[in-house]
Amino acid sequence: MTERTKVIEAIDLHKEFMVKIKGDGKVREIKSLKAVDGINLHVCKGETLGIVGESGCGKTTTAKLFLGLHNATMGSILLGDKDISHLKGKELKNFRKHAQMIFQDPYESLNPRFKIKNTIMEPLEIHGIGKDKAERYEMAKQMLSEAGLKPPEEYMDRYPHEMSGGQKQRVAIARALVLNPDFLIADEPVSMLDVSIRASILKLLRKMITEKDLAGIIISHDISLIRYISDRTAVMYLGKIVEQGSTEELIEKRYHPYTKALLEAAPNPDPEVKFTLENIKGEAPNPVDIPKGCRFHPRCPECMEICKMITPQEYDMGNGHKVMCHLYGDKNE
Amino acid sequence: MALLELNEVSIEYKLSNGKLKAVDNVSLNVENGDVVGLVGESGCGKSTLIKGIINLLPSNGKITNGEVIFEGEDLSKLEFEKMRKKRWKEISMITQSAMNSLNPVYRVGNQITEVILEHEKMSKHDAMEKAKELFDLVGLDRARLEDYPHQYSGGMKQRAIIAMSLALDPKLIIADEPTTALDVIVQSQILEKINALLEGYSGSMILVTHDISVVAQTCNKVAVMYGGRIIEYGDVKQVLKKPNHPYTMGLKNAFPSLTGEKKDLISIEGTPPDLSKKIDGCRFKDRCPFVLDKCKSGEMPFTRVESGYYYCARHDEIDHLRELADLSETWDV
Repeated sequence: MTERTKVIEAIDLHKEFMVKIKGDGKVREIKSLKAVDGINLHVCKGETLGIVGESGCGKTTTAKLFLGLHNATMGSILLGDKDISHLKGKELKNFRKHAQMIFQDPYESLNPRFKIKNTIMEPLEIHGIGKDKAERYEMAKQMLSEAGLKPPEEYMDRYPHEMSGGQKQRVAIARALVLNPDFLIADEPVSMLDVSIRASILKLLRKMITEKDLAGIIISHDISLIRYISDRTAVMYLGKIVEQGSTEELIEKRYHPYTKALLEAAPNPDPEVKFTLENIKGEAPNPVDIPKGCRFHPRCPECMEICKMITPQEYDMGNGHKVMCHLYGDKNE
Repeated sequence: MALLELNEVSIEYKLSNGKLKAVDNVSLNVENGDVVGLVGESGCGKSTLIKGIINLLPSNGKITNGEVIFEGEDLSKLEFEKMRKKRWKEISMITQSAMNSLNPVYRVGNQITEVILEHEKMSKHDAMEKAKELFDLVGLDRARLEDYPHQYSGGMKQRAIIAMSLALDPKLIIADEPTTALDVIVQSQILEKINALLEGYSGSMILVTHDISVVAQTCNKVAVMYGGRIIEYGDVKQVLKKPNHPYTMGLKNAFPSLTGEKKDLISIEGTPPDLSKKIDGCRFKDRCPFVLDKCKSGEMPFTRVESGYYYCARHDEIDHLRELADLSETWDV
């Protein structure tokens, strides 16, 4: 796996937002919210990385940073060997051709007044791909059929309201891939869809990523779903990646107490396997007031004295499996 | 006598261009102490059915046939005012999005006491005392009664709604997707709370959801709805571990799980039937991989099993079909 080429890489990436703290209707204080607090991530060609975490942990901010929709406060994002974290103007537009996104809600992410063909042809027009309308039409048609909407002619002239949620998500996938991007980010791509059709959308994404040799990032709060689609998984908690490694190994070994709690708390469709909340307390703290030391320590069942004072570093457990927890500190010292 | 008895209930919506039969001939018994899961995908009629039970259908919706017997009284024929007295007091509801069901301009405490004072002769002070006890019960800090909804997190709002639903010791609680919008850990915290409350509670609950893992973790019975009908009913272990209807088999295999061997997820291609048209034969026939000529017309035979029933024309081959349904090739189109 180490032999594969990295397509995109985040190095010590930070994003801070300034938020107003109000009291009695007046702004009392301006504090910084560290949505992404120094993360290192990479995705290789043909590989899918899953990012899991609770809401507010910074996973969507991470996605936006990768797409250049936010400027990083610190750190860099490398596409190949080029830093894309502070692009502007033409360069940014050019970069967008390489980076595409699929949104959570296909009911809102497609323009209701555009026919499907126009939705898919628009990015081609913007980036000047294809010599004329007829060629772009052919490209759009080809893409639709690859996305599983067959025969494509039947769908080209429809409006979004004439399609089901699953079909709309297929259009969104076609729109993202028609530009031949290098990497693709999908933010909760199936959470709005019915369970009965989720698997087919996930399989389509998976197939496109492997066949077209893209780097894929799938964001979800549902780790059981991530298990079925990603090669590697990163677990995020309050702006930090607390554990990352190959998906099956991460699920099996679950080194970090948070990963363990997350896996144990997930309700199981088997009525004989019950979930447990033994290993986690309370709710995630407000990201404006991140706890000192390890940010998970107030909820951690294995909290030690050192955890309250010092932020743990990342320890390598072998095979690229990394975990940020003091429990594994002795190993490397 | 069952607490709630639905006898051949049909509910229709009047549309500008005809009628839509959202619920078609549904019978269901809820005994004292039962926790019944009502599962199905969007548009299957599950929400319409519960709105029908508590008599809150929109003005174009009407129960056209059947009876809703609650403690010996037909609710569908009850006068408006009498029904109003029963809501909250005897049948209460935990609504889907707690975010939208609390009034943003009233303190949460006042919203809970309002419910109590509407139905019971009690002083304001006593009602507030009762609200405090309820908050203890659902694990919220008493001081938070003074707060407005926007000061609560999603999980806290959902707990407040649960507290409200318990305020008058109702005999039946209807929970409509109580955890859908919540994070995994918060969701499990709410489910744990619901389970703990049910232990010490003599009444019954109907839990409506599309998520079979929620049903697996909470309910003892489950009714699977498809295209306006209950197509399979029975004990939760039996239905989820050894399903008898092909749709339930598909649903079970479409659901990702963190435990056990990683099997290929299946997806049930196609869309649910159009309920504005008359359906001949099995409702699932267009999406069922096992469809035969005998499935295409007439009523599907009713088959009784140990703890429930199901409707399928191929009832004499179910064991074989179940084996096939476990293979993902079966569901490929």
